[in-house]
Amino acid sequence: METIGIWIAALLTLGIFSFLYKDNPFYKFCESLFVGISAGYWFVTTFWQVFMPKLADNLVAGRFYYMIGAIFGVLMLLRLFPKIGWLSRWSLALVVGTTAGLYFTRYLVSNGMVQVQNTIIPLYVKGNLSQTIGNLVIVIGTFSGLIYFFFSKEHKGAFGGLAKLGIWILMLSFGASFGYTVMSRMSLLIGRMDYLLGTWLGLIH
Amino acid sequence: MRYKNLRSSLVLTFFLFFLILPLSQILAQDDTLPPPPPTEVKAGDTPNDNGHSITITWKLSGDDGAGKKNVVAYEILRSESPTGEFVVRGMVPAGNNTYQDRGAKEKEDKNYFPPHKDFYYKVRAKTLNSYSESGVAGPAVAYGQWFHIGKLPVFVGTLAFTIMVLAFISLARKGKEFYVRPLAGIDAVDDAIGRATEMGRPILYILGLGSAADIATIASFTILNRIAKKTAEHKTKIIVPCNDPIVMSVAQETVKAGYLDAGRPDMYKEENIFYLTSMQFAYVAAVNGIMLREKTATNFYLGKFYAESLILAETGSVAGSIQISGTDELAQIPFFVAATDFTLIGEELYAASAYLGREPLLLGALKAQDLAKAIVMLSLALGALAASFHFGFFLKLFTVQM
Repeated sequence: METIGIWIAALLTLGIFSFLYKDNPFYKFCESLFVGISAGYWFVTTFWQVFMPKLADNLVAGRFYYMIGAIFGVLMLLRLFPKIGWLSRWSLALVVGTTAGLYFTRYLVSNGMVQVQNTIIPLYVKGNLSQTIGNLVIVIGTFSGLIYFFFSKEHKGAFGGLAKLGIWILMLSFGASFGYTVMSRMSLLIGRMDYLLGTWLGLIH
Repeated sequence: MRYKNLRSSLVLTFFLFFLILPLSQILAQDDTLPPPPPTEVKAGDTPNDNGHSITITWKLSGDDGAGKKNVVAYEILRSESPTGEFVVRGMVPAGNNTYQDRGAKEKEDKNYFPPHKDFYYKVRAKTLNSYSESGVAGPAVAYGQWFHIGKLPVFVGTLAFTIMVLAFISLARKGKEFYVRPLAGIDAVDDAIGRATEMGRPILYILGLGSAADIATIASFTILNRIAKKTAEHKTKIIVPCNDPIVMSVAQETVKAGYLDAGRPDMYKEENIFYLTSMQFAYVAAVNGIMLREKTATNFYLGKFYAESLILAETGSVAGSIQISGTDELAQIPFFVAATDFTLIGEELYAASAYLGREPLLLGALKAQDLAKAIVMLSLALGALAASFHFGFFLKLFTVQM
């Protein structure tokens, strides 16, 4: 039984890899299978991990205020009926508005306050040249990066120069990030190759 | 005789010295002897919480870090009366003199911590083989606070930003013209739609893997609305495969509104905005298939993207589509920069919606963001200068206690 499983997994991996050559019926089959199974899997997962513990269990325990959420959930389903489908907009407005508000304070702290807090550092550290240079790079980098994302003024003159410095620093960090992520993707590819050549064909141990 | 007695005395002294000294040291290190107990135990409500916690502090035992240095931990005991049975609530390693006795807020929970109720505490200093207990501290009562003082900077920041947004929206509504610098990626939108129209091929719009509440997805909805309006005007098909059912619902409403704005509601086709699957790579596999089978002329990737960004952008590139991307996910921006024709970096994505829409609401918010950035830049410059001269005032302004 395990051998059959290994063969199925290996053939499906090859089917997805065949896309590198061109779109073909084998890929289409693997794609449809992948999409169908994953959609079904997500439905079941959502039912047992969201619907049951977050709604059904609470209603059974007598916490009837959870009915408010349930009603909004039912309103979402009314999209299936064109005549009253507009009612689903209330649920959408609640989801988008509430969570955007919740995210706002979170972002303000993590992307604003903490970021500024970590950038308020001395520009000169007595007797430590490397830290002085490091601190200057952080402060100037953050400052010029912020200038690049300033949309109310055209990037010209000294302002434009600082904005250019900002985008250069951003590109440098993107380059480093690119290399780092490519390495992690290589490890994913190695993992699949290890499965095909080792687990499936037994060519490497 | 005198010498003999002296010799005997010396031998005896020598013997006693070398016998008693090690014995005394062994006795001194005997762990069965209890250490000095912790003193000055205080118990009181934990500040800035929801009322289900009491904080206990104490002065370390004399054998913790000093004396015999054999205290290994402190146990915190709680009782409902000073003479009642004390039960262990928690333990901290030696060297710590604070403990937060926390509990759940739900009454059904086993670890429920009732607020407005008297509790008494003792702290037990433990060695490997013995322990000693402090006196009883209390009564201590837990109660919730309406306002978290440590988060005052967040409150002030939110309030100030809200005022700025409202003020700028009001100015924009009164007709004040606001300048927004050109964004290359957005300037290319018209050309990209025109290309699709000329080629008679559809446009693919990917909202990413974010939920409908992600800021990047919300910004993407606004851009989708403008693009849908233009595609309706050009009679070009737009395909929006979604990864999340709620995102799909909002996307359907957004595209529908775009077609209505263009005066072509008859052209709107709901089946072109559809849900695929919520699983990342299954979604990618399906979108890749759509790109090659539908031969899309233009692909937009605007929203929240993760590891799928490069796979999508590479497939689009192989298919020969013009590609415009934008995300606030730092790790994915490099891939979009490398594999697509135009990229909106981070906040440019948010600005793009205002730039395209030119609506007072969005322009006002963008201007408020710029003003907030100017304030941050000023604070940063002044803060760095202040830190260089050892003034900590600016740092305190941005310090948030969680």
